Amino acid sequence: MNIPQLIPVGDPSAETFTINLGPQHPATHGVLRVKLEMDGEFIVNAQPVPGYIHRMHEKMGENRTYAQYLPNTSRIDYLSAMTYTHAFVGAVEKAAKIEVPLRAEYIRVITSELNRISSHLVGWGAWIMDLGGFTPILYAFDDREKILDLLEAITGSRLTYCYYRFGGVCDDVDQTFIDGCKAFVPYMRERMKMYKKLVTGNIIFRKRVEGIGPISAEMCRKYGACGPVLRGSGVNYDVRKAEPYSIYNQFDFDIPVYQECDSLARYLVRMDEIEQSLRIIEQACAKIPEGPFQGKVPRILKLPVGDTCFATECGRGRLLVRITSDGKEEAYRIRLRTPCFTNLSLFEEASQGMMLADAISLMASLDLVIPDIDR
Amino acid sequence: MIESIFKFFTTEPYWTLTRSILYLVGICIFVAANAAYLVWVERKGAGRFQRRPGPTESGPWGLLQPPADGIKLLAKQLMAPPGSDKILFWAAPLMVIAPPLVCLAAIPFGNNVLARDLNIGLLMVFSFGSINVMALMLGGWASRNKYAIISAARVVSQNVAYEIPMLLVVITIIMVTGTMNLQEIIVQQAGGFWNWNILRGIWDFSGGGWGHIGGNLLAPVTFLIFYICMLAETNRAPFDMAEAESELVAGAFTEYGGMGFGVFFMAEYANIVVGCALATILFLGGWQSGLGSGFGTLLTSWGVIGTVIGVGFFFAKMYFLIFSVVWIRWTFPRTQFYGLLNLSWKILIPISLFTLLLTSVLLKLPRLF
Repeated sequence: MNIPQLIPVGDPSAETFTINLGPQHPATHGVLRVKLEMDGEFIVNAQPVPGYIHRMHEKMGENRTYAQYLPNTSRIDYLSAMTYTHAFVGAVEKAAKIEVPLRAEYIRVITSELNRISSHLVGWGAWIMDLGGFTPILYAFDDREKILDLLEAITGSRLTYCYYRFGGVCDDVDQTFIDGCKAFVPYMRERMKMYKKLVTGNIIFRKRVEGIGPISAEMCRKYGACGPVLRGSGVNYDVRKAEPYSIYNQFDFDIPVYQECDSLARYLVRMDEIEQSLRIIEQACAKIPEGPFQGKVPRILKLPVGDTCFATECGRGRLLVRITSDGKEEAYRIRLRTPCFTNLSLFEEASQGMMLADAISLMASLDLVIPDIDR
Repeated sequence: MIESIFKFFTTEPYWTLTRSILYLVGICIFVAANAAYLVWVERKGAGRFQRRPGPTESGPWGLLQPPADGIKLLAKQLMAPPGSDKILFWAAPLMVIAPPLVCLAAIPFGNNVLARDLNIGLLMVFSFGSINVMALMLGGWASRNKYAIISAARVVSQNVAYEIPMLLVVITIIMVTGTMNLQEIIVQQAGGFWNWNILRGIWDFSGGGWGHIGGNLLAPVTFLIFYICMLAETNRAPFDMAEAESELVAGAFTEYGGMGFGVFFMAEYANIVVGCALATILFLGGWQSGLGSGFGTLLTSWGVIGTVIGVGFFFAKMYFLIFSVVWIRWTFPRTQFYGLLNLSWKILIPISLFTLLLTSVLLKLPRLF
């Protein structure tokens, strides 16, 4: 966990140079720019410069109705669109006191967890790719393809789903989908065994992540880090358990927590989370009840005056949607507290004195989605 | 030097001169064909590893992909970044492709199938082989790009670190075989596969009967060290520090476009061919069949047919090694830079020094009693 510091950080006598990692760089997976102050291969200071893909999602919420804003939420973190729409839909339902039928809640849980697995698979593959191993991402995409096929059949889209509606979901699921999910669970468990052999046990991979990028629980609290980053630092916090939303309290699953605080811990948290998500899907598919999939929603949706907050656990951490309403059809203010922004903010402190390649490994372990940082 | 060249052209027999020229032309074609089609093999192989077909569009099984790539690269404008050192910038690709061409001149592909039968062939291959580093360094340095400079610095320390264990391992081979002539090293490994240097080091049957203990008990380990060093010297994954695309964009080649990049790319494969050919010669018996002495004499006594079969054996071994290089690249992630240096300085160099010591002791012991 302790990398010996080979150069004194911030030593004024050190001759440094600045290097721009991004906005167009293979390792930033988007348009993130990091200004690196380097002393040879060592990073003296790394300053992230977000804002290259700012799309004013929060502002857009102020001039369109709640239903019109719904598709926006799935485009913020495009890898976990389901959980993002869930947070917004949940906030509106909470404010407008809309009842959601039980079947719809089950469908939401199943689709959210499928989405979480596909998100972790992309993060996993992209991480190994950042470390120079090309093959795992194609295996990950092969599995993800199965999830996308399942979700495409019921939602009609493959990436930016807009499937949840206020009071339920857009369309009912059929038996084919449930059977597909049931078949996917054992398939994915077999694949996870292979991934453990191929990647987790690989000595080069272990050397690249074990003890690299220590992020203490203290640092997580300081910057508000969340999700697998926080759980890899030994803090047992998952919104699904801490403040259960939807029907997550009806399922039997564990929150993987690792005390090592390094990149490997964050990696293992994600791998274990895939398995826990499979457990949830298995239980939900067995218990899903018959019934309506859409509750009663007023034709013109106006929220009562005041603030409403609703948090969900998405692939990268805690997403909080806060809607401030002044009683009109549009929100007065929509605030999105996204996990990638807070997770990125600790990069500057965590990467001090690291070598460039380790910093790339650390950044990959944060599993950033750049549009989620800029919103 | 001019005198010696003049002497070469006037006193050498007519056939030697013709043969040299023929071989040099042949080597150029061989390198070009290998570079082109190893890219195809690499892409097809990567496709298989990654559950996708690889190139399929141009020609049957994508076989016309390399010429198509070559035409594309040739058609591109050659550009040097403003402020770069133009001379060094364009000298680097030439310097990187020339050494493997020279190295191949000394490598025997079959019984007497070589351009020049040099007494010090091994020394020549190594001395030319290490120029490659300087070319990468110059290319990175002249590019006037920070990523390229970082890469250049990495390449130098990496190659210095890996040249040492590689040479130490080769010295053990020289001590056991007693020659630097590659042709002679192969001839010594005649007979069954147990006579190859990789196994002969442990138990030597060449004297007949039950044989005796070999000169290098750790011969398989030295082969492994040689192979790892060969990967590092040719800048292949998992040691591709020079072109660490997820860290340094394209490393030393960042500013090269068109055929400038293409030449670096070709040189990478030419270097792999040289490295794998050398591994085959030094450890795996070169063009010897490894099927026992009966078949071995057949290769030398059957004239042209025997030679061709020998070349076949050589290529089978060499391309197996090359395939394993491709295999490794698409399986493992890249090592961390200090991990790479640690591996060399803390593990490979001590082990190879130990094998050197062991070999010298084992060779001296019988003479003491």
